[in-house]
Amino acid sequence: MSGERLLTIDNLSVTFGGLHALKDLNFHVDEGEIVSVIGPNGAGKTTFFNMISGMVTPTSGDIVFQGESLLGLDPNQVTSRGIARTFQNVRLFANMTILENVMVAQHCRTKQGIWGTLFNTAGFQKEEQEIRDWGEKVLGFFGSRLVGYRLEQPASVLSYANRRRLEIARAMATKPTIILLDEPVAGMNPKESEELTGLIGKLRSEWGFTVVMIEHDMKVVRDVSDRVVVLDHGETIAQGSYEEVSTDPQVIEAYLGRPAEEAS
Amino acid sequence: MSATMDPTNELAPARAASDQDWRKLVNYGLLTAMGLIFISLANMPIGLDGRKIIEPLLSMGYVSLLWLPAMMGYTVTAEKVLEGMTEYRKGARELVAGAVVGLIGGAGLSLLVVLLDTFDLRDPLVNWSPQLFDLLTFDNGVGHGIGFWLVIGAGLGLSGGAMHVLPTIGRRVVASVILWVLAFSVFETVIADISEGIKLEWLTDEIYYVRGGLSQQGALGVAVVGILFALFGRERVREAKQTFQSYEGPQRTKANAVMIAICGAAAIFLPLVLGRITNELLANVGLFVLLALGLNIVVGLAGILDLGYVAFFAVGGYTTAILTSANRGESWPDWMPHAHWFVALVIVVLFAALTGLFIGAPVIRMRGDYLAIVTLGFGEIIRLLFLSDWLGGYTGGAQGVTNIPGVDLGFANIKGTDPRAIFYLVAVFCALAIYVSWRLEKSRLGRAWMAIREDESVAEAMGINTVNAKLMAFVVGAVLASFSGAIFAAKVGSIFPTSFIILVSIVILVVVIVGGMGNIIGVIAGAAVLIGVLGGPKQPGLLAEFSEFKLLIYGALLIWMMLKRPEGLVPNVRRSRELHQDEFLQDAWLKGQVDTADDHADDEDLGGEGRVTPA
Repeated sequence: MSGERLLTIDNLSVTFGGLHALKDLNFHVDEGEIVSVIGPNGAGKTTFFNMISGMVTPTSGDIVFQGESLLGLDPNQVTSRGIARTFQNVRLFANMTILENVMVAQHCRTKQGIWGTLFNTAGFQKEEQEIRDWGEKVLGFFGSRLVGYRLEQPASVLSYANRRRLEIARAMATKPTIILLDEPVAGMNPKESEELTGLIGKLRSEWGFTVVMIEHDMKVVRDVSDRVVVLDHGETIAQGSYEEVSTDPQVIEAYLGRPAEEAS
Repeated sequence: MSATMDPTNELAPARAASDQDWRKLVNYGLLTAMGLIFISLANMPIGLDGRKIIEPLLSMGYVSLLWLPAMMGYTVTAEKVLEGMTEYRKGARELVAGAVVGLIGGAGLSLLVVLLDTFDLRDPLVNWSPQLFDLLTFDNGVGHGIGFWLVIGAGLGLSGGAMHVLPTIGRRVVASVILWVLAFSVFETVIADISEGIKLEWLTDEIYYVRGGLSQQGALGVAVVGILFALFGRERVREAKQTFQSYEGPQRTKANAVMIAICGAAAIFLPLVLGRITNELLANVGLFVLLALGLNIVVGLAGILDLGYVAFFAVGGYTTAILTSANRGESWPDWMPHAHWFVALVIVVLFAALTGLFIGAPVIRMRGDYLAIVTLGFGEIIRLLFLSDWLGGYTGGAQGVTNIPGVDLGFANIKGTDPRAIFYLVAVFCALAIYVSWRLEKSRLGRAWMAIREDESVAEAMGINTVNAKLMAFVVGAVLASFSGAIFAAKVGSIFPTSFIILVSIVILVVVIVGGMGNIIGVIAGAAVLIGVLGGPKQPGLLAEFSEFKLLIYGALLIWMMLKRPEGLVPNVRRSRELHQDEFLQDAWLKGQVDTADDHADDEDLGGEGRVTPA
């Protein structure tokens, strides 16, 4: 299923003061993969995402995406290269409408500037229509939940689960190659998370996105991932298929701690 | 906004007159007393006494005192009844509460009368004057003064409380009469101008006293109009408004077109019937509308709090002045031609855009408070540069640039001596600014600005080049301000650094905030109220007597707005949603628009089928 190498992370470290948030991390994603990043709280998973998306600058090491280094790029440049993300603590543009949320995410894929806007040129009208159509298309991915009369409603009226869905739609709207999902099912009930698991699979099979996701829900991780990477204290402690990782003694130790007799 | 109980519901029986929250009454009373003493010592009663509302009964000076006990008497028992709360019938309790509050307020003023009589504190308090004493005692000595104010205070408080007891229609009639009389008094010049312009001098003579103020029969007439409006007109207006708001799609476009046509026609024909002073006022309002629309893009859309906006106004003014004036700084080479205003305008736009980039580039990477402080600094730097000896040879330093010609149109020369022509010029640019704001708001760039305002880091992570987008907002704002500056130069004919003090920035910002940040109509309304009625930094408004207290009123208004109506006079939908999120969500919930977590309308077609097992 895996295609050519998309993203390679090479010996990467991030230090905040004296704290190693990430230490000598090596990681790669191939085209068409679904990779899960798991690990206990504070393992550095979100820092890992922030670093890929350019919000945190690594102290050393390199990130190469499609043969080009991402180091030193601003978050918007990373997004326009084809890496989109969602946030762990849902961060929508709450007072913009649902449609506007996905329209604004297409900023880096469109180009009409001030002249087109002022003179309402044919190019401007065409682009606006395309932005709108694509926006409605990605919203349609979640069935009827985010479309219809909801299009013109502010994002703040949405339920928690629907906000998470809208975040994913917003990331999809940027037309990415890789989509980074930060705890996509957090706060959802079992039924909702099962449904979203199916949709994450469709992100690859129907939309052709490569997916990297941070997730705590092991059921979701098991059902959808090709490969699982385990982080602890900023280091990779294991990687492989779900079955391999879930029986790895180091992983069990990271999550549960050492048995009492071995400690001391 | 919140869910009030249906007024037809059964009300709980009125509470007894003695059933009071006495502590609250005393607090409100003391507040009223302090307010009255403050207003008196700020000299408002004397300063505004010259402006008559009804000759010779009532002046703005007395109104500046009288409104407070009445309003506090009303507020003290005003309660917001939410769903599930008991709503009581109103009665003696409200009357007593109002009267007590008013009485304490009146007692405060009486105390001031006694103090004025006993001590001479003129040294620290400049307004501690015999005139104030005479005004407060109605020239009748201490005893009468005390008596008057106790009675008047209690009476006003009582009538404030009585507003609760009146049936709705009665309340509307009273409010309408007060509003109409005040409006006719405030807009005296405009109304007199219009009725003279359409050859109805007799009407003016009938309504207004020769030296200002409504005549008694005029006031009576206006009051009757007010009553009629409350009884018959109000509902019609409300219905018309509702019908207008209910339009959608092409019908809405048509309705909007009609509204725009009406406003356009008013802008064209109104100045024809107005006199010099009123036209001058309109032109001033127009200049500030232009500035405020520009700042609205920067602050209202992109969320960049720019406290040095006057810099661009100054750049526009100075560039025009230097390019067109025959009397510019002596350091300019002789061969530099004296450009026509329109030629100058092109250069002004370019130069303003450059200044926007120049100031914006270092500032834009900062956020929030830091950005505000830095822009404040840049605003002053630009003014000081124009004032400096270093550039004095080019900008004239403190002497400024004089002899700026007007705008030569071939068939007419637009300059400050003809305020009507200036107004038309301003109006054209205002229309342009409105168009620009309107188009940008719902474009790719406008959406990017809104996203930046909401959450800058996320906006950047979603692929928006925030630096470019913010610079663009800065530049568009700068260009609009420079238009205003260019017209200002042609209007005034001479330009000095003192025209561009920091106060101008603040006033523009207050116009935007009070009017309604992010809303074009709001910004225009804000400029009309603040600049038109109260007056701008250097220009008097319709209430010319208020200029001494302008900043006091600006400040009070701003505080009041922030507490009670932070979204402004004519709010932007998004902002009011943001500021009243709880109420908005509650409303949406009542209408059944908020979805809940168990909204699984389409589980069937999604459940499970997309599941992927690891390869």
